[in-house]
Amino acid sequence: MISFSSVSKRYPGGRAALAEVSFVVESGEMVFLTGHSGAGKSTLLKLIPAIERPTSGSVLVHGQNIGALKAAALPYLRRSIGVIFQDQRLLHDRSVYENVMLPLAFSDHAPREAARRARAALDKVGLLDRERANPIQLSGGEQQRLAIARAVVNRPAILIADEPTANLDDESAARILEIFLSFNQVGVTVLLASHDRAMMQRYGRRVLELAAGRLGELSAPENSAEP
Amino acid sequence: MKTWLRQHRLALGSAARKLSAQKSTALASILAIGIAISLPLGGYALLEPLRGLVGRIAVEPQLTAYIRLEARRSETEATARLLRQNAQIASVRLVSREAALRELASVDGLDDILATLDSNPLPDALILQPRDTSAEALERLAKELRALPSIARVQADSLWARRLAAFGAIGRLGLLFLSTLLAFGLIAVTFNTIRLQILTLRDEIEVSKLLGATDSYIRRPYYYLGVIQGALGGGVALAVVWLGIHLLNAEIRLLADSYGSTFRIPYPPAPDVLSVVLCAGLLGWLGAHLSVDRHLREIEPH
Repeated sequence: MISFSSVSKRYPGGRAALAEVSFVVESGEMVFLTGHSGAGKSTLLKLIPAIERPTSGSVLVHGQNIGALKAAALPYLRRSIGVIFQDQRLLHDRSVYENVMLPLAFSDHAPREAARRARAALDKVGLLDRERANPIQLSGGEQQRLAIARAVVNRPAILIADEPTANLDDESAARILEIFLSFNQVGVTVLLASHDRAMMQRYGRRVLELAAGRLGELSAPENSAEP
Repeated sequence: MKTWLRQHRLALGSAARKLSAQKSTALASILAIGIAISLPLGGYALLEPLRGLVGRIAVEPQLTAYIRLEARRSETEATARLLRQNAQIASVRLVSREAALRELASVDGLDDILATLDSNPLPDALILQPRDTSAEALERLAKELRALPSIARVQADSLWARRLAAFGAIGRLGLLFLSTLLAFGLIAVTFNTIRLQILTLRDEIEVSKLLGATDSYIRRPYYYLGVIQGALGGGVALAVVWLGIHLLNAEIRLLADSYGSTFRIPYPPAPDVLSVVLCAGLLGWLGAHLSVDRHLREIEPH
């Protein structure tokens, strides 16, 4: 479960990114987060794995108050959350396989188990046959799928993604969304930031709308194309 | 335990990859460290045999009083008895002219020459150990001895050895200062190498932190890098010193052989070799620790 309670975030210099934001995402729920560029979507997502800290208010993840966590506990929190960054943050001097192995290197998995998990994650996103390739050799959609594989390889309970379908063609975007849906169907809590309202409408999930750092009314699109 | 070992094995592998990814930088750093360490190490290797030499020689100044050549043994013994009563003198040892000749004959190459002599040209001698070894007291005592009718000549022995010991002590102090200075140099070289590595791998560090890597996971390869670089630098220093001693000994052998001596500069013994490598590794670790501590703090997220 993710719970925001009167969360505000103000960056040094005085710019307010979020103001009094409150919402709850239940375990196993899939929620979209939308808003214009600069509305505060990325900031909100960064607060969940404690990449940023709230200026005021509280953020609870798995029932833990992120603001009260000691620095030494943060890596363990981050391992329980799969994050797909807007710019993917892939390592271009490593192969596809090595990118997916990265989070497993600092988890306590035996080498054989780590290799098995990495290949399973690549298989899940349809990149097993590209494991030796360099990320730079992949298409935009494939790079996004690689970022998803890396995010899910530690089997996180929460998956958050910042504009995972941006700059992708419709077919690739649909494929990415299907991957998120499949994870959600097995109980993973998913929070996706996007500004593609048409896409969100097709899936009939709850939508949180941010405008200038404030959370608007929660809505559930009427037209759902989800099976 | 298994996980801990695996994490360290991974860190060691990562450190080796980081080194091989920047071969020329790493090589330059290792050479710089090696040459820096070789200076005090070479000085130590040269001073150690000198210290041994000085240790074997009596460094307390002695006076040798040579009895007139024509004096009888009874006269020598009477002088010795007289001097034993002198409060300024701690001990008196009589070296008879026969004993002195025997000692001289034991030196290689001199026995043949001495055999050609008709008579013993050496006088009886009294070796005196003064109580006060200051230069003024020695000079005063030597003057008193010269006034005795049975004594032909007085010679202050071991002063040179004392000076040599003093030079040795200065040399060791200089080496200690140089070693301290170069230890800081080694730390600075490692600090900078690790800084460059962290700058180069900033993306990887950032992503690892975002994905849940602990600080110790991120730091560990850099610690290994510092230790490996320092230890390899220590190895280079030992190789440089070994080569220097080898070349010097080739020249020293020619000189020593001509004196019938087997003197050579010894190669650093195994415990010293181990100490150099360990100390260099430890200093490398310290440099890495300081660098990692300072530069990782600058990389977000915290």
